[in-house]
Amino acid sequence: MTLAQQVLSGDRLALTRLLTQVENDSPEGRAALADLFPHTGRAQLIGVTGAPGTGKSSLVNQLALHVRKTQNKRVAIVAVDPSSPFTGGAVLGDRVRMRDLSGDSGVFIRSMASRGSLGGLAQATATLTQVFDAAGYDLILIETVGAGQSEVDVARLAHTTIVVEAPGLGDDIQAIKAGILEIADILVVNKADRPGVENTEKALRSTLELAHPTGRVYRHHGQYVPVAASVSLSDNDEGGDSSLKQSTQSDTSLWIPPILRTISTDGTGIAEVVEAIERHVAHLRQSGDWTARERARLESELEALIEAALMSRFREDVSTEKYDEVLERVLSRKLSPSEAVKLLTNGTRV
Amino acid sequence: MADKKTRPEQGRKIRVLVAKPGLDGHDRGAKVVARALRDAGMEVIYTGLRQTPEMIAEAALQEDVDVVGLSILSGAHMALAPRIMELLKANGQTDVKVFIGGIVPDEDIPRLKEVGITGVYGPGASTEDIVKDIRAAVSNG
Repeated sequence: MTLAQQVLSGDRLALTRLLTQVENDSPEGRAALADLFPHTGRAQLIGVTGAPGTGKSSLVNQLALHVRKTQNKRVAIVAVDPSSPFTGGAVLGDRVRMRDLSGDSGVFIRSMASRGSLGGLAQATATLTQVFDAAGYDLILIETVGAGQSEVDVARLAHTTIVVEAPGLGDDIQAIKAGILEIADILVVNKADRPGVENTEKALRSTLELAHPTGRVYRHHGQYVPVAASVSLSDNDEGGDSSLKQSTQSDTSLWIPPILRTISTDGTGIAEVVEAIERHVAHLRQSGDWTARERARLESELEALIEAALMSRFREDVSTEKYDEVLERVLSRKLSPSEAVKLLTNGTRV
Repeated sequence: MADKKTRPEQGRKIRVLVAKPGLDGHDRGAKVVARALRDAGMEVIYTGLRQTPEMIAEAALQEDVDVVGLSILSGAHMALAPRIMELLKANGQTDVKVFIGGIVPDEDIPRLKEVGITGVYGPGASTEDIVKDIRAAVSNG
């Protein structure tokens, strides 16, 4: 049996080994991925992101527990933590918060470090989720720290993105980054038993109204293409329950992220989050957004692979000596970077 | 011109599970080792306290680790180590190298090596030695 066949037959050792191969972008991993790709497309991907200290891991733990208790779905969790930019090492501690899930054979938790992979973090995460998808996991939770562009890219990978906030983590406005908020499909204020939860909610609500686009924009072949929405945000009032507004909205072309309170240590609010995820998925399918996102996701994966392949070919075509010589000239200001590019790519078929 | 990015196996990280089996709650040593391994460029999956042998074996499998480091200060190593080795083997993870750090009397070390433990470190062991030994153990396959 090939590695891919073993994974499809439910062999957990093969699965874990393939995850490693795929993360390291080995030829064996790539071959197995190609075999497994036709078996992907079924799983539901949920991204959970937010600043450190907001309780993401506990939340993911509770979401998985709830799904396992109430639905017959197999759950995979990809927990991403930062690598040290200096040593390349990492301490991956998200499992500490997920001990409730141990012993459940329907759950698989995999920790991943954000080290520079060939196509970037998003690419590595995408391939790992493909393996889980093909292996029959129905729900894949991807947990990352909402720190930079790569985390935003990872969030785009998911069908539903949850952004987690918590009260009292410093200046409420500072804690909310518009770039992260824009990608949120569901906003969760965790640690809702702490003081300041109303302020956090208010700050989220007002930043949401500023940051939220009136329509989603997709990147297609290098250009940004807006998807028109016919409901504007000025239809919403200040205050009131935004999740209630969502359910009375008859026009389904715009999704307004609900703001939900949770206490992940005891499970408060978790059922509501799971229900909001289901509503979001229903909205995606109804509005055609599901297919549009799938398309955008696969397109960005394709582009990342093309970039990596071209770079790889370039490195093979240009000798180290030539490269170093050109670099020296740039260093001594005899050559500008753009002239250097012309020199280095001249004569290579790109 | 080939470099680490076109030869990904060169960038392959050593993955180490650091676990505290049993009921003892002193984890400072485990955390010190975890950080030292990170500083040496390894990926450390830290599981926290009160891990059962089953939880440790499950984590080792899911994370496809190269090394398992057990922090045992309670004296229960003679019961825990064979059980963990047995579970790792049952899961097919026969190549994983297992190290123990903590309070282990010298006279227990031969028996631990017999059940397959690769190395034992007492208090005062240097993190440099641990890093060196892990690298050697992993490259020896």
